[in-house]
This record gives sequence, structure tokens and C-alpha cells, in this order.
Amino acid sequence: MARPLIEVEGVSRAFHVGESSVLALRHVDLRVDEGEMIAVMGASGSGKSTLMNILGCLDRPTTGRYRLSGIAVETLDDDALAELRNHVLGFVFQGFNLIPRTTAVENVTLPLLYAHVPPREAREQAIVALRRVGLGDRLEHQPNEMSGGQQQRVAIARALVTNPRVVLADEPTGNLDSRTTVEVMALFQDLNHLGMTLVIVTHEDDVARYCRRVLMLRDGRILSDHPAAHGSARDDLARMPAEEDA
Amino acid sequence: MKILALVRMALGSMLRNKVRAALTVLGVVIGVASVVVMIAVGLGARSDIEAKVENLGVHMIVVSAGSSTRGGVSGGAGSFNRLTVDDAVFLDEEAESITAVTPVISTMAPIVGGAGNWRAPIQGVDTCYFTIRAWEAASGRLFTDDEVRNRRKVVVLGHTVAEALWPDQDPVGQRIRLRNVQFEVVGVLDAKGQTADGSDQDDVVLSPYTTVQTRLAGRQFIGQILASAASKEAVPDALAEAKTLMRESHRLSAGEDDDFTVRDQTQMAATAQATTNTMTLLLSTIAGISLLVGGIGIMNIMLVSVSERTREIGIRRAIGAKRRDILLQFVVESVVLSGIGGLLGTGLGFVGSAVVGRITGWATEVAPATVLLAVGFSMAVGAFFGFYPARRASLLDPIEALRHE
Repeated sequence: MARPLIEVEGVSRAFHVGESSVLALRHVDLRVDEGEMIAVMGASGSGKSTLMNILGCLDRPTTGRYRLSGIAVETLDDDALAELRNHVLGFVFQGFNLIPRTTAVENVTLPLLYAHVPPREAREQAIVALRRVGLGDRLEHQPNEMSGGQQQRVAIARALVTNPRVVLADEPTGNLDSRTTVEVMALFQDLNHLGMTLVIVTHEDDVARYCRRVLMLRDGRILSDHPAAHGSARDDLARMPAEEDA
Repeated sequence: MKILALVRMALGSMLRNKVRAALTVLGVVIGVASVVVMIAVGLGARSDIEAKVENLGVHMIVVSAGSSTRGGVSGGAGSFNRLTVDDAVFLDEEAESITAVTPVISTMAPIVGGAGNWRAPIQGVDTCYFTIRAWEAASGRLFTDDEVRNRRKVVVLGHTVAEALWPDQDPVGQRIRLRNVQFEVVGVLDAKGQTADGSDQDDVVLSPYTTVQTRLAGRQFIGQILASAASKEAVPDALAEAKTLMRESHRLSAGEDDDFTVRDQTQMAATAQATTNTMTLLLSTIAGISLLVGGIGIMNIMLVSVSERTREIGIRRAIGAKRRDILLQFVVESVVLSGIGGLLGTGLGFVGSAVVGRITGWATEVAPATVLLAVGFSMAVGAFFGFYPARRASLLDPIEALRHE
């Protein structure tokens, strides 16, 4: 199953700050195959957010080529990029980024509405996605009525609801306590076992060790790229002292 | 995304900021309500002025002595005076679309009586003059058919004449002298005020035309024959008929020019209409400006909303919203706001029109077309003023927007 999903060749990204320009990414090459679970690590300023934005079709490389699922991204216009984000990608953010004062099911329905799925059908699919992340009993809750872990699971359901080829997670556990972190990672591992490709940006080693592969960035270059421990989050969770579900 | 889903979303986001939405809507409500009231007032004023024009004379037609042209030199109006009492009688008997006819015999004479003397036109008229001009006695009475038939020396004074000769007293029952002939004052007319061209309608003495013809010496002429058409709609027919009958009465052959002119009050009505139109335009402009202010309020709130929801816009863009989805979302939100304002404003406009109608006594009815216009216009205002904030939202860079706190 070594079909390439993400192909990055010689990608650089320059930002102009006043007169000078800063290179956030310097000639990065990266290939991610289907079914991988890869952690992108690095200190702040290493270029991992910039790489994430480019992989997520939110930003375009200054030079270099990026093919996502066989599509040359740099040739696409704004609307086509939006469609790619909608159909091919799923986003999970650090701050959960749910739309406030909007119920869980409405949040999850949103990507489907943008894909012109009829509202009734979209709602049904959203409920299925929420059940999949274990939130079947929180459908009509608003973000401020849920814990951080639950909010992040709503965000994951929203990322999954369009059946994307790859889920991009930007510091998905940054705002979570250690137990919830492991729970979320267990969820990601479950998805990965079912064949979902995951790219997770993190600076936590605890997160990276649940992935299959770890990419280290420094100063906009790839410092290292090696397989990871891929410990089982479910097993760790079982070993953790029982706790009230957050 | 379907429009219905967008509208639901817009309503949802309105409910999230109830107070703010209510205040924004209020601006539109006031704007639309004032437009509705002003249009109603304008229409009310128009029908009021139409009634006043009517008051100058009921569907009045004026036959005037024509001009004569001899050898290419026009003698001007009245220079060739052939109007006679017989013409008036002929018109009265023959015309079907005309209900009342009176000759108006004019002369000028010093009026002596009461406090001193005065000079005003003396007009000899028939009793239906009062009907045609819708003129009633303020005190005393009008003269009667009997008095006309018997050439009684009675007069009815115009308000100005009465004031001039008897400043502090009711002149009814008093006597005046016109060219040394004594007349009894039987009544004083209602004040009619000035005409559009500034002449005082109340500076007049009215007497039976028979009396004026026989008892008053001096140059006399029938300057006018006044007639009343059966209805407003019958005025054009009455005009045509009067013209034909006058030619017949004067025995004019086909080739000859008219030696008279026949006019109605369209000139007057047109002037009055123009005045009301100007007023309606003025009021509507003011109302329109308040709606404009309401629109600016919407724009303001939409701009605030866009900057507050920058992050939400980023999220929506990240999960696949296109620029036009964002644009549409905010335009729909703005149109929903203004549309609700339009509906509420129309309701308030109904109430306001009723109140203004009660105060002024005008028939301020809200036409159904006004409602459609008001709601449609307010939605257009919403779309117009919502477009700029919505465009700003749609042009946000998704990465910047996501980073926004």
C-alpha cells in the first residue's frame, strides 16, 4: 500500500517582513504514503506550521512542487483549493476551533454543507461521525458545555465527516491534560488502523511516540526522518489510573 | 450552500447577539417606518390638496370672453366681448354634462357704508354661483332665486370687504351704497383666501346679476360664465360640450375662430399637484436618509461582526468554504437583519400613519405597494451595506484568520 499521498519536492516558502525576506522553509522534500501516521516535530520557528499550512492547502509554496493525492496543488485557484480542503483534507487544530454557540452536530455538519450535501443527509452523516468518536450523547451540546477532550473529539468528527484522504492535526493535544492527550492519540491510532493517513504537528515527545514515523524540522530544513516507537495508546490508557471521564 | 441553510445560519448568529441585533434592526425599523409614514402623508396631503382645488369650484369650467383679431392685430382678452346672459341660459338648458351655470357680470364701483368707503369688484351672479364655487355664508345668508328674479337690491360681502367697512361689527342688515344705489347686506361669505396667483378672492361684493344689470350704471360686461361639470370625470366632456354650444350660441360658421375661451381647473390642479409632489419628494428624501442611516448602522455592525468572527471565518475557510460562501453568508446575514427591520418598520409605519392621519385629518392610507416597496428597499439596503463587510470577510487570508485571537 505504498501509494504516495503527499509529495513535496524542493518546497521553499519566503515571507517578506518589511525590506527583508525570511525563509521559513528551505528546499524541503517529503513523501507521505497512504496509511502513514507521521509526527512533524520541531521548536517554534522551525517551519513546522508553515509546512502544515502548505500541506493543508491554506498556503502555497514560493518555489517547489506539491502534489496531494496526485493533484498538482500549485496550479489550482482559490476555489479549487477550498474544494481540496473540503474533500481530501481534514483539519484538527490546537484550539479545537469549533464555531462558538453552535451545537456539536451543527459544527460537524458544516463541511458537508459546503460540499452541497442536502442538510438532512448532512445531519445524519454528522451524527454517525460523532458516534464514531464516542460523542453520540453530546449531539446538541455547544462547545462551552463540553470539556476540552470532548471539544477536540467534535473537531476530529468534523475532520472525518467528509471521508478525507488525510487528517492534518496541528498541536491537537496542546490544550489537553495528559490523560485526555492519550485518549485523543488512541482515537487517532484507531483511525490509522482503519487506514486513515494522519500528519500530526507536535512538540511533545509523548505524542510523537504514538506515531509510526517522526520528522524533525529545524530552521526550515528536515533534520531527521525516522520510524517511531508506535506505542499503543489504548494499552497506556488501560494502565493509567481510572479517572472521571473529563 | 443552500440559501435556506444560510438564512438559518444568519438567524442563529442573530440570536447569539440578541441585543446588538435588536439595536441594529431598530435603525432599519425607524428608517422604514418613516418612509412608510412619509409616503402615506404625501398621498394624504395630495388628496387633501385635490379636495382644496375642488373647493375653488366644483369641477368648474370657465367660459371667458375671447379676443378679437382685426387685420392681424389682437385686441387681447375681453376686447371683443360677446358673452351674454343668453349664452349662460343656453348653456344651462342645452348642456348634458353641465349641472349649473351662472353668468358673472363684473363692474367696479366705490362702496360706501359703515366705517367709510372701499373699492372692490362688484359681481352680478346667479344663486348657483355659490354652488359652483362651493361658497357658503359665514354669517347672514346668501341671496335667493326669488331675489334674483325680482331684482332685489341685496348684496353678499366678501370677507375682506366686510372687514374693511365694518371692522368690529357684523354687517348683516346694514346698508351700503353702490353708485348712489342703496343695497342691503344680507350675508358675509366664508374667507377663501388668495388664489395661487395672489389675488384676494374675498375682496368682492356679490349681488344678483339681474340687479347689477338694471340698477347699476357704468360699464358692465359679462367677463365670465362659470359652470359646473357633473363629475370630475365629466370635465373633459363638459369642456367640449361648452365649446360646441358656445359656437352654436354665437352662430359661428365652421371657418371662424372661437370668440371665447373655455378652460377648466387643470392648470390650478397641476400647480397644486406639483406642490404636493415636491413635498412628497422632500419628505421621502428625509425618510430615505434615515433609512440610509439605518443601512450604515448595519454596515457598522457587520464590520464589527466580521472582525469578531475572523477566527470563525478562518475555520470555515479551512474546512472548505469558498470565498463566495463567506461572502454570501455575511450578505445573507445583513439582508436578514434589514429584512426583519423592514417588516417591523412597516408595522410601525402603519401605526404611525394612523396617528398622523388622526392628527392632521388627512386620509393617510398605507398602500399595499408601499409595504412591498419598503421591505424590498430595506433588503436592498441590507445587501448594499452588507456587501462591503462581507467582501472584507471573504478576502481574509485563512491562515491569518485562523491565527486571529
